[in-house]
Formats: sequence, structure tokens, C-alpha cells
Amino acid sequence: MRFRKRQRLVLLVVGMLLLSGATALVLASLQDSIAFFATPSELAARQVEPGKTFRIGGLVVEGSVVREADGTVRFAVTDTAEEVPVVYRGLLPDLFREGQGVVALGKLAEDGTFVASEVLAKHDEQYMPREVSDALKEAGYWEDQKEAENAR
Amino acid sequence: MTIELGHFALVLAFAVAVVQGTLPLYGAARRDPVLTGIAPYAAVAQFLLVAFAFATLVQAYLVSDFSVRNVFENSHSSKPFFYKLAGTWGNHEGSLVLWVLILTLFGAGVAVFGRRLPPTFMARVLGMQGLISVGFLSFMLLTSNAFLRLDPAPADGRGLNPILQDPGLALHPPFLYLGYVGFSTAYSFAMAALLEGRVDPSWARWLRPWVLVAWLFLTFGIALGSWWAYYELGWGGWWFWDPVENSSFMPWLVGTALLHSAIVLEKRNALKSWTILLAILTFALSLLGTFLVRSGVLTSVHAFATDPARGVYILLLLLIAVGGSLALFAIRAPAMQGGSLFAPISREGALVLNNLLLSTATATVLLGTLYPLALEALTGAKISVGPPYFNATFVPLMIPLVLAIPIGTMLSWKRGDLPGVLSRLKLAVAASVLVAAAYLALFDWRGVLAAFGYALAAWVILGSLLELAGRIALFRVPLGRSWNRFKGLPRSALGMTTAHVGLGIFLIGVTATTSGQIERILVMKPGETVTLAGYEVTFEGVSERPGPNYIAERGTFSARRDGELVAEIHSERRFYPVEGQTTTEAGIDTTLWRDLYFVIGDKVGEEGGRTVRLYFNPLVVWLWGGLVVMAVGGFVSLSDRRLRVGAPTPAKIRTAPAEA
Repeated sequence: MRFRKRQRLVLLVVGMLLLSGATALVLASLQDSIAFFATPSELAARQVEPGKTFRIGGLVVEGSVVREADGTVRFAVTDTAEEVPVVYRGLLPDLFREGQGVVALGKLAEDGTFVASEVLAKHDEQYMPREVSDALKEAGYWEDQKEAENAR
Repeated sequence: MTIELGHFALVLAFAVAVVQGTLPLYGAARRDPVLTGIAPYAAVAQFLLVAFAFATLVQAYLVSDFSVRNVFENSHSSKPFFYKLAGTWGNHEGSLVLWVLILTLFGAGVAVFGRRLPPTFMARVLGMQGLISVGFLSFMLLTSNAFLRLDPAPADGRGLNPILQDPGLALHPPFLYLGYVGFSTAYSFAMAALLEGRVDPSWARWLRPWVLVAWLFLTFGIALGSWWAYYELGWGGWWFWDPVENSSFMPWLVGTALLHSAIVLEKRNALKSWTILLAILTFALSLLGTFLVRSGVLTSVHAFATDPARGVYILLLLLIAVGGSLALFAIRAPAMQGGSLFAPISREGALVLNNLLLSTATATVLLGTLYPLALEALTGAKISVGPPYFNATFVPLMIPLVLAIPIGTMLSWKRGDLPGVLSRLKLAVAASVLVAAAYLALFDWRGVLAAFGYALAAWVILGSLLELAGRIALFRVPLGRSWNRFKGLPRSALGMTTAHVGLGIFLIGVTATTSGQIERILVMKPGETVTLAGYEVTFEGVSERPGPNYIAERGTFSARRDGELVAEIHSERRFYPVEGQTTTEAGIDTTLWRDLYFVIGDKVGEEGGRTVRLYFNPLVVWLWGGLVVMAVGGFVSLSDRRLRVGAPTPAKIRTAPAEA
């Protein structure tokens, strides 16, 4: 019987050690690997320090897309109230278009430009990134467009 | 007319499921042989009815019957035959029909191949399968019916999301479902054991083939999905820790733990309640995955449609299935205490460590997947948990797991001799250190992590092979005798070695791709040449090429090494006029040693310049190769005689998955 108790104790100790180790890992990495989401309006309202990774979302402003010779792309993202300039070096997703919803992951540069490391567009015709639709709803746009899509 | 017949068959299947989910369970409690005897017939009948319904839906897709709403919404007459077929499950409603088809297939499989299971036990297993069917068939009939008509019938369909029109993705759902719906049998076996109040080694032996089947298909399905993401998304990566990927990965992790704990139960009659709990959790995570993917909580390629009613319904199913089974577990499990004893340093101890690590890892993945959803529901803050989180939590937990594999497989049952085992592994230790040192000296003296990754891979591969060599007494007895011993080995031992070697191959691929990937993003004009990892890559230009239901812009690259043409690579951007969408087809040249992976993007400037993304991915095929080897290991293990002879199941259990 004593053996069974010791066996259980060993199991319990190993289990607790693992769990606390995992918790420590989780807490340590949640500190700096989580990316918050901000709409352009929120970004304008509160200061986000440069160098912190977060995501922004909104519509690509019509006529704002500039492709430079070295593969850099500049565009602006709006929630119809505020605009944020974005710079991205890389291939844009297939469904990236002016006037369409995008979500970008990246950091703010000192001059207020959003330096994106990843740009996601909606996956198909029926789908708009949920963050973007929420952002547009908050800015008081969207209802019409949503209805228009449903009517399709 | 046929689609109505299919609809009718589905309603009948629902009625049969209700019978299957009630009478046999009642009969088993009353020891009534007539009522329990219904179960196998009901299971087979239900499968035939769902199969018929599925066939009518497939037929509607193949003949492009746009009077069927589901076909109209997800197909188009110009689609190639194969994608018309695959379109059947490339949408929410159709994929649910496939889900239930596989669920009933497994039910029928238990009915047919488990004829020698005790009748009350079989009745309880099939009764549980029936209850799961009731849940999903009603979900389908009430909220997601694929068998509805449109009147008047439209002239043509809306088409299938072009990103899904791909062979890898067409096959990915069936395999994935064979995997995680297959774990429903583990769940039903666990529930039946709880109802019987009896868990013993023979139970583990009945359970094992079903867990193996589900596990090997899930492994294969995940490998397919990862491969698809690699070549179709054009991001050069193979795993993105996307919530949808995670929801298929979590059942895999717990399922792997279950596979290992069932061995302890079978061989040593220990870890009873733990194994039961794992069986429940594995299917619970499969259901959670179904909920996350199907409810539209997550937005991704997989979330076909968002309809709150669906989400609530699946959530309800999930709560009933998980809550009910855990409640039953809480009531019955304490009665099952008292397995065999073992010392911490023993085969059992190693397998317990495996289980603890795998479950902790699952917990971290679950946390990372659900945390953003919970936080948004509670505070409204939107966050995303990306690869850095998973790399920092999941990977460190996997390192001790891999380190323990060769040691654990060599330890003896009950009480192991750790120093003895380590001395038998001297060769593997030496080889791993050598591999790490060679990598640092020859390739990259700063690549400590990569060196460690390769050493780990060498350790698990050599350690597993040494274990095998020990079993057949290689070089200690004449080779002929070793060969005879090898032939006499149980298949499950061979399967284990194969799967562990597969894991090592996978690790090599992961290490190489993670540490050695070279990426260049730039604008190239036709005729321009750049160098990438020792290759001279020339952009030859872009031409137009029509496809069956798309128009492609095809960029051509040539890769030269020391002036000699190695490969001509075509990268496409395909425009699908029906859906009005563009997809990217990466141009990939694969060899055993590296992939050249090129993607073309938008036009830049007037001279035909293009944004291009060039990747050099070393040893990347090893990664999927390793996963396939692991699945093969599962298959080899499944062919073990012990699972057929000795266990009260008839001889043909091995062929169960092949018919799927």
C-alpha cells in the first residue's frame, strides 16, 4: 500500500512540475507574443508606442496603393473615420484590392506609419475579416454593405 | 427526384439512429438479448441510408443539378469533374453529410468486425454511436440541410471557392474526418466501459485497432492539410498555428496520448480511469474542433458560413456530449481504481511521462486557441495569438518528449534499469553529439538551435533502431538468426519503431526548414537574374495560359547552378471568372534535398516587372515524408496478429479502414 501511495505522489509531483512549467512558459510568452487589434480610430485616439506589435484593420483607401520598384507597397487603411498609412514589403494576398477589407500585422514606425509584416485580405467574396466588419460597424458604416451582400 | 430520395433516406437514418441510441442501451441495462441484438443491424442500416443520401448528393453535384440549393451555391457547370465531386464536401452542409457518413461507417465497422464482442458491450458501444448520430443528423436536418430545392432552378451555379479547387484539399476533409470522427469509436468504447463498470486489458485490446485507424488517418489528413497550405497559400510555410489547424491538431495530440496509455492498460492493467478519460477527451476535442470550424466563431477558409443558430446547436451538442460523459466518468471512475503497480523508472513510467507531456502540450495549444475568443467575449478586446506563443510554449514541451522516446522504449515493464538502458544507448548519444558538432563545424557555427534539432532527430532515429537491433540481437547472433527474429517480431513493435523513426524524419524536415529557409522578396524584370542559395534564378517573363475554368498568368523562372539549367519553374496567378477571384499557385521544384519555391505577384512599372517571392526550403519534403512514415507505422501496428487473434474479434479487422 505504501508503494501505491508513493507511486501516486511521484505522479502528482511530476504532473505539477510539468503544469507549473507550462504555466510559466505560457505566462512568459503571453506577455510579448500576443497582438492586440486596433481600428484606425482607436489608433488615432490613443497612443501606441512604436515597436509594439499589433494588428490594424479596415478598408484600403481608394487610390492610395503605390507600388515601389523594390517591391515595397504603400497604402492607407481606413475605417471611414480615420486613416493610417501602411508600408509593406512583400507579396500582397490575392484578394487585396482598393476598397476592400484587410487586416495587417506589424508595428508603428516613429513617423506614425504602420510597418506591416503580414497583410491578410478576406478569403472569398462572402467573407470580410470580422475585425474589419466590426471596425466599420463602430464607425457607423457597414449596415448598407452587409445588406447589399446578403441580397446578392 | 433523387435528391428527395436522399433527403428521405437521411430522415429515415435519423429515425434508425433514434432507435439505435435508445433500445440497445435500455436492453443492455435490462439484459434483454432481443433489444441488444438490434444494435448491429441498426448500425449497418443507418450506414446504408446515409451512404445512399450521400450518393444522391454526389450525383446532384456530378450532373450539376442547380435546382438543389447546395449545388447551386457551391458548384458550377464549368468545373472539372474531380472538383464537382470534391465540391460535395467543400461546403458546410455537404461536409456535414460526409461527417455523418464517416460516423456511421465506423458504427457499421464495429457492428461487422466486432461480432465477437460481448453482446451487451457491443449494444452499448453502438448505442452511444447512435446517440452521436442523433445529435448530428438532427443538426443537419434542422439547420444545415444539403437536400433543399430551389424553385425556379437557376441556370448555373455560383462556383466553388477556387482556393479549394485543388487535389490536396479535395482529399484533405475525407482523411481528416476519418481521423477525428473515427475517435468517436474510442468515445463510445469508453462510455460503454463506464456503463458496464468494467475496464480490463481485453477492453484496451478491442479499443486499440479503432484508435489506431483514427490516428493514422488523422496523421495523414493533417499532413495533407499542411502540404496544401504550403503550396497553395504561397507563404512558404507549412504550419501557421491557425485556430483551425489547431482544432485538428489537439485531437491528434490527445489521441497520440491515448494510443500510448492504451498500451499500458493492455499490457499491465494500469492507468484504467486515465485511459477512459483520454478517450473521452480525444473525441471531445474533435467535437470542439467541429464547433470552432463549423460555427463561424473563427473566420478562415474553413468557415463556410456564419449562422448563429448553427453555432449554438453544435455548442449544445458539445456540452451534452462532454458534460454527460464527464459526469458519468465522475460517478463510475472511482470504482475502477487499483491497477498494477510500477516504479517511476519503468516502461509504464515513461508512457505516463509521454501522456503528461502530450496532455500539457494540448492544454497550451487549447489555451492559445481559445484565449482570444474568451477575451473577446469577456472584454471585447481583440487579440491574436500567433506562432511566437506556440513556439515558446509547445516546442519546449516536445523536447523532453522526444528525448524520452528511445529510453522509454528500452525500459522494461514494472521496474526499469535506467543506467543499463543509457549504456545501451551510448551509440545514439555519441552519434547525436557528433551530428550536432558536425553541423556547427561545417554549416553554421552560430546555429545552436538547429544543431540541437538535428541531434534530437538523430537521437530518436538511432535510438529507435538500436531498440529494434536489440530485439533481434543484431550482430550478437548470426545474421540469419537475427533475420528470423526480425520476421518473428510482433507487428506492433515494428509499427512503433516505424512511427518513431517517422517522427525523427519529420524533425529533420522541421529543423532544416525552420533554420535554413532563405527568402527573397524583390521586383524582377523579365530577363533579370538574382542568386538564391547558390542558384542563379532568372525571371523569363509572364505569359497567358487558359485553364479548364480559369485563366492563368504564368511566370516562368529558370534556376541554374554553375551555369547549368537545374529546373524551369512556373508560378501562376489564376483568375476564376465564375467566382471573380484570383489564386496563387506557387511554382515549386522539389528534390529530396531542397525545394525551390517561387511566387509571382502584382505588376510593377511599365517594363513587365513583377513583385516576386523566392524561397529556398531545404529538406522540406522530409517533413511530410516523416508524417507519412508515422501513419505507415500506425498501419503496420494495425496489422498485428494480436489485434485479431487472441482478442475476441474476427480476423478481418485489419481491412476495416481500407474500405473507407
